[in-house]
Order: sequence, then C-alpha cells, then structure tokens
Amino acid sequence: MMFKIVTKRQLAYKKTLFEVEAPDIAAKSNPGQFLIVIAKEGGERVPLTICDYDAKKGTVSFAFHEVGKTTKELGTYEQGESLYNVTGPLGNPSEIKKYGRVLCVGGSIMIAPLLLQSKAMKAAGNHVTTVLGCRGDEFLFMKEEAEAYSDEVVIASDDGTAGEKGMGALCDLLENQHFDRCVVMGPVVMMKQVSDITRPYKIPTVVTLTPIMIDGMGMCGVCRVTVGGKMMFGCVDGPEFDGHLADFDELIKRQRTMLPEERLSSVLWETSGGCKCDRK
Amino acid sequence: MTESEPAAPRGKDEDVPMPRQEPHERVKNFKEVALGYTEEMAHQEAERCLKCKKPLCRQGCPVDVPIPEFIGLFQEGKYAEAIAIIKTKNALPAICGRVCPQEGQCQMKCVRGKKGDPVNIGRIERFLADWEREHGVQIPPKAPSTGKKVAVIGAGPAGLTVAADLVKLGHQVTLFEALHVGGGVLSYGIPEFRLPKVIVQKEIDYVQRLGVEIKLGYLIGRIETIPELMKEGYDAIFIGSGAGLPQWTGCPGENLGGIYSANEFLIRVNLMKAYEFPEKDTPIRVGKNVVVIGGGNVAMDCARISLRLGAKVSLLYRRSRNELPARREEIENAEEEGLEFKFLSAPAEFYGDDKGWVRSMRCVKMELTEPDASGRQGVRQMAGSDFEMPVDTVIVAIGQTPNPIIQRTTEGLQVNPKHGTIVVDADGRTNLKGVFAGGDVATGAATVISAMGAGKRAAKAMHEYLMSETPRGE
Ligand SMILES: Cc1cc2nc3c(=O)[nH]c(=O)nc-3n(C[C@H](O)[C@H](O)[C@H](O)COP(=O)(O)OP(=O)(O)OC[C@H]3O[C@@H](n4cnc5c(N)ncnc54)[C@H](O)[C@@H]3O)c2cc1C
Ligand SMILES: Cc1cc2nc3c(=O)[nH]c(=O)nc-3n(C[C@H](O)[C@H](O)[C@H](O)COP(=O)(O)OP(=O)(O)OC[C@H]3O[C@@H](n4cnc5c(N)ncnc54)[C@H](O)[C@@H]3O)c2cc1C
Ligand code: SF4
Ligand code: SF4
Ligand code: FES
Repeated sequence: MMFKIVTKRQLAYKKTLFEVEAPDIAAKSNPGQFLIVIAKEGGERVPLTICDYDAKKGTVSFAFHEVGKTTKELGTYEQGESLYNVTGPLGNPSEIKKYGRVLCVGGSIMIAPLLLQSKAMKAAGNHVTTVLGCRGDEFLFMKEEAEAYSDEVVIASDDGTAGEKGMGALCDLLENQHFDRCVVMGPVVMMKQVSDITRPYKIPTVVTLTPIMIDGMGMCGVCRVTVGGKMMFGCVDGPEFDGHLADFDELIKRQRTMLPEERLSSVLWETSGGCKCDRK
Repeated sequence: MTESEPAAPRGKDEDVPMPRQEPHERVKNFKEVALGYTEEMAHQEAERCLKCKKPLCRQGCPVDVPIPEFIGLFQEGKYAEAIAIIKTKNALPAICGRVCPQEGQCQMKCVRGKKGDPVNIGRIERFLADWEREHGVQIPPKAPSTGKKVAVIGAGPAGLTVAADLVKLGHQVTLFEALHVGGGVLSYGIPEFRLPKVIVQKEIDYVQRLGVEIKLGYLIGRIETIPELMKEGYDAIFIGSGAGLPQWTGCPGENLGGIYSANEFLIRVNLMKAYEFPEKDTPIRVGKNVVVIGGGNVAMDCARISLRLGAKVSLLYRRSRNELPARREEIENAEEEGLEFKFLSAPAEFYGDDKGWVRSMRCVKMELTEPDASGRQGVRQMAGSDFEMPVDTVIVAIGQTPNPIIQRTTEGLQVNPKHGTIVVDADGRTNLKGVFAGGDVATGAATVISAMGAGKRAAKAMHEYLMSETPRGE
C-alpha cells in the first residue's frame, strides 16, 4: 500500500506538516486521535497526532518536530514520495460538544493538532480562545489558522519575541475571564505547568499524554501512564487524560528511558549524511 | 555452525535426535536452534512408525492430521502427495512441525511411546514442509465464486486458517490486520531462533496467492467497527484477534524504566528487530542482570532472547520445577544456554535509581499448599521470607488476556466478564448473527494448532451459514 505525500509544508525550523493519501483513515478520523507512521520498511513506528483530515479528498495530515532519528529522516521526504505504512485512527476521539467558553492551549509542534480542536470546539458552538505558545517569533506558525478557528488568539513565547513572555498571558486570561473547559497539547513540561495553573480555578483540563509507544493498540504496555493513581495505557485509554490527575513526573522519566539509544541512533544517522539510498 | 551428535542408528525404542546448534554457539546468534532432519534422518524416523490401523496419534492432534497416511506416502518417496494430505487438515505444517507442543498432543498418544520414544511426527512434518518450500508450493484450484463477502479480523494462525479455507470455497475474503506485518504471535511473539520469520512470511504469501486480500494497519474497532463492516456488505465476519493484552504483577514500582511486559520485549525484538539496533531503528536495552517473571513458554522465550543479548538471566517462578508450564524441550534448551531458575519465589516490590530505572527488587518465598479439589496445589507467601536482589531489567511474563477494543466497540457481543474472552459455541458462533470468533480471543492464550483447529471449525460453520438462504438482514 502507498501513502503518498500530497503536500509538504514547512511550518517553522525543523517543523513540518505532511498531508498524505489515506482514504480509509481520512473517512474515520476525529480530533484527538493519532496515527502510527512507519517511514520505510524496517523503520520505527512513531505516533503522531492527526491535525486534519478530508474524507472527500481522502487525505489525512500530521505535523512533526525533528527531534530524533525517525523524525529527522521523515523530514527528508518530499512531496510525491510515499511512506511505508500509516495506521490509524488510533486512540479515543476528543469529547467535542458545547461546553460554553473553551480555552485551547498549544505549545511547539502540538499547535498543529491543537488547532483541529479549536476548529471542532468552535463548530460545536463554543466561544474559543486559543493560546499559541512558542520559543520565539521565528518558531511561531499557523497564526492565520488559529485566528480563523477561534474567537480570540493570544500569543506567548519563552523569550518574549512573540506576544507576551512566559505564562503571564495565560494567568491573566484565567484571572479575567471565565472558562468551562481547557484543552492543552504541547511538551509534557508545559502541559504540567498549564494544569497546575488551571487547578485552582477548577477548570476541567484535558491533556494529550505522549509516552513512548510501539504498537499503539494496547499490546505492549510501554505507553503506561499513571492517572489518578491508576495504570492506564496512553494508546487505548487515552491519549487524552485529566491534566489534574496525570502523573507528569513519571511520564517525563518514562519518556527518557531509551535516551542513550535514541541519541546513538540520531548521531549515526546524521554522521552518515542522512542518506536516502535505502529507499526507492 | 557446529552440529551436535549426528544421528547414529540406535535402538528401535529411541528416536532420531534432532541436530541443533551447540549451546555456546547458539546463545550468540538468533539463528534457528533446531536445524531439521536430513532426508536420511527423516526416513530413519519414519521407519519407526507402525502404521497403526487405529492410529492413536491422530486422536492427539487437534486438527486430525492423517498421520500414518502421510508417513506412508513419505516412505514411498511421494513427498508432494504426503504434504498435500497433511495440508488437507493443517495449512501451516512448517510452523506446526516446529512449534506444536507435540509431546502433549500427537506424540503423547503414539503407541511407540508406551515403550521408549514416540515417533517424532512433528519433525517429519517439518521436513516435508521444508522440502515443499524448496520445491515450489502448489496453489490448489479454487471453487467458483459464491458472490459472498467475508471479513476476517487478525492475521494470526486462527485468522489465516479461516481466510484460506473460505477463499478456497469461492468466497471473497478480506483479512484485516492491525499491525504492519501479518502472522500474529508467529511474527511478533515467537522468536526467530524457534521460528524463522521467512517461513511465516511464506505462509502469509501463500494465503495471499490463494486470493485473500490482506489489509495491514487496519485496527478494527477504530477504523471500522464490526457493525460498520456488516453495514458495508460483509456477509459474515470472523474475529481472530488473539490474546495480546499484557498482565501485570501489580507490585509497587512496576512503571520504572527497565521493566518490560513480555509483549513489549518480544515486539521490540521479533517484530521490530531491535536485536539489530542500531542497524534497525527500534532500540532495546537489557542490562547485566535480567529477571524474567513467569514460567510458561513466553517466559522461556524472553529469557532465551535476553541470554542472546548478553545478559545474566534468572527466572522467578512462584511454584516449583514440576509445575513449570513451559514445554520440556524449551526448559532444557534454556538451561543449556545458561538460564538460572529461582523457584518458589514471587516479586513484591521494585526499587529504582534517581533516573527512574529499576535497580533492585524485593521478592518473597512461596510454599505449596495442599492440592485443591481439582488436584492443583495452591501457593502462599512465607511470612518474613523477603529477600532483595539487584536487577537492572525485569520482564513480566505472567500471561495475556484478549485486547478489549473489539469487544468494547461491538454492541451486544457476549463476552466472558472475568477473562474478557468472546463467548462462542463449539463451531465458533458468537451470539451475534453472522459473527464468528476463535483462537486465543475465545479460549485465552493457548496454542498455534488449537487456534488453527478453531479456525477450521469456524470456516466450516461460516460456509454453511453463507450458503443458507438469507444470511444478511433477516
Ligand atoms: C499520542 C502521541 C502523539 C504525538 N503527537 C506528536 C505530534 O503530533 N507531533 C510530534 O512532533 N510529535 C508527536 N509525538 C511525539 C513523537 O512521537 C516523538 O517525537 C517521536 O516518536 C520521536 O521519534 P524520533 O525517532 O524522531 O526520536 P526519538 O529517537 O524517539 O527521540 C529523540 C529525543 O527527543 C525527545 N523527544 C521526544 N519527543 C519530543 C518532543 N515532542 N519535543 C522535544 N523532544 C522530544 C525524546 O525524549 C528523545 O530524547 C506524539 C507522541 C504520542 C505518544
Ligand atoms: C512468546 C510466545 C510463544 C509461544 N509459543 C508457542 C509454541 O511454541 N507453540 C504453540 O503452539 N503456541 C505458542 N504460543 C501461543 C500461540 O502463538 C497462540 O496461541 C496463537 O498464536 C493464537 O493464535 P490467534 O490466531 O488466536 O491469535 P494471534 O496469533 O494473537 O493473532 C491475532 C492477530 O490479530 C491482530 N489483531 C488484534 N486485534 C485486532 C483488531 N482489533 N483489528 C485487527 N487486527 C487485530 C493482532 O495484531 C494479531 O496479529 C506462544 C505465544 C507467545 C506469546
Ligand atoms: S499438527 Fe501438531 S499435533 Fe497435529 S500432527 Fe502435526 S505436530 Fe502433531
Ligand atoms: S501411533 Fe505412532 S506408530 Fe502408530 S501410526 Fe501413529 S505415529 Fe505411527
Ligand atoms: S503503545 Fe503498546 S500498549 Fe500502548
């Protein structure tokens, strides 16, 4: 089977969006679900969140940040090339309904799938405020989409070169406005911070946990996370969980268990020049 | 590669030994341990069969392979006929010849076994299947199209059997497999050194050549549910989704790094080829001290893989040696390769270092209690018997239950609340019209051949169902 890349879009430095041909997946996708992508035969299975789908066109999109061997290699694929396998949709769909006022907070690459949530929440009749968090101005992307899908857009950056610096803007929003639900997608540390910030306001806060995964369908248990003191599988019980109950510290540790191997893999790939010779 | 003792002709009561790689050699590689009979050895072993009028061996085989008949044809030099007659009952002889627990099935019943060794049926079966693979597999003729559509879920032994049988009868069959590779446990669970993956792939190719459409990467329950498949025009559905959900000890510290479920460990190594890391992209880490928890075939496989990855490995089992549920042959293989056993011991708690990696575990001693009504002895903890041992890798191999995704997304499907298995009758019918199931998803973790047997029976019942007047809709 072929999963042809019909659009490659450079979102920011080392951040890329692919729209691939996958009609069966496109027909069944929902916000909040993810894919398992295998770039080439023998390659790793990497989980990536669905950030758009078009059943008529038969395509599904995902965005990735080049952090290790597989995502770096994915970045070398061009429009027109095909991926070896894409499995999905996996995980449970988000609970999209009319809550009232919804706060969507996205960080780094996860802004891309977050905007699908903003869009769906808006379509469900909610007032949507979207917060885009990035390292700095040059890392900001999809601002126009965010504006199109939300009633209000707030920008924040680590270094203050885009919008307000740090978490101040988010704190202000919570202090001055009422929200009925908060959806957060981003690096684990950021999801933890946001959950801590919304906790005193008792706003139900949904986070997308991103443990290491292999099969993504409940077979291996590498994706186990602790939520409310209970063991859950990120892939089949999630990937969305209650941010006020998730054990983020354990997740951070579990994400790092294969760090030396991941580094080795990445370094070897880079020193080999990121060669494309083993694919057709 | 060195071979152990070649087969010298021995007494009639003794079987022809299987040539194997020597332990010190094989523990350094992932190549097949049992090298297979030569043609001469296979004939020597076949000589021992008495061609019983009432072959007891056949009763022991869950799929009723015509054993004396195939052995007879083999002796007459009619290899193609011999394999064809096996295949009327068993579509995957190269696999069963290798991994069937023959000592508890066909060979347990063989009359030769009353005095001395039983005839080694599995090894002759394997020889013939390997011979066929080298000489080109025949594709049997197909019945005219019936116009009926069947969906089979899961490309393990149960699903492959159903798909092959129904396509031969003229039905249009689509096989949905969630992973990117077919074979089920044959691909992701059983290691290369017991069952080379090229053999599994050949069998899957064969099923495809019969005309089955195989869709990989389709997780039923997510991309399509069973009710949706029915609505889309499938006349009957078979669920062969296996028992792939890992079980845990529940001991504190189980989420530490370095603690794998058997499935994670096996999937990394067998499916993703992590033993070839960094050549292959998926990594695996085993430290110096590996502890495998459990005592079945799965535990044995995990232990033998760890030994091949260079670790010192011990196996923690809560009962004693006599109760080990793994096959004798595998226990012996593992012991020869350097596995150490710690019997009557169970895990109690895992401790980690500051990075969240497991560094030691606390265990408790167990003792066997009086047998219960069923004759099985219970176990209980011995108070104050705790001991701690250093460990940097733990593999939890204490059983699997069915993955609940299909059960959760198929309204009205009857499921055993305790084990999560799908409830079926003897022919694999579920309580839903047109929906059948079999293999590990219905029985809980069992064997390759029992999954195939269930597939055979279900395929027959499905064919009858499909050919009766109004299958769909009522
Ligand atoms: C349900 C789910 C959804 C996900 N959705 C997305 C998505 O939409 N887009 C996306 O880019 N990623 C997403 N991820 C994370 C993504 O799967 C990993 O980034 C990817 O597997 C890395 O593979 P690799 O081989 O390139 O790097 P690896 O070799 O696996 O890892 C390289 C290093 O990067 C670190 N790392 C991993 N993820 C990140 C990160 N996000 N930011 C910074 N460092 C990281 C790892 O800890 C490791 O040290 C998701 C993960 C899950 C579980
Ligand atoms: C490590 C190990 C060693 C073993 N050794 C032996 C041995 O030596 N001898 C022996 O006889 N038996 C052995 N067994 C047991 C034997 O392999 C199983 O009993 C047998 O494979 C069961 O077959 P099955 O077809 O029911 O399921 P499986 O082989 O489990 O196949 C099920 C398939 O369904 C797929 N699937 C699951 N859910 C879905 C879904 N929702 N949609 C689509 N696809 C899905 C899975 O990915 C899988 O490929 C062993 C098992 C293990 C784990
Ligand atoms: S299929 Fe298994 S049980 Fe049956 S004859 Fe062959 S080896 Fe024996
Ligand atoms: S019982 Fe043993 S000796 Fe008799 S036919 Fe079967 S294999 Fe041959
Ligand atoms: S990724 Fe394997 S169980 Fe979740």
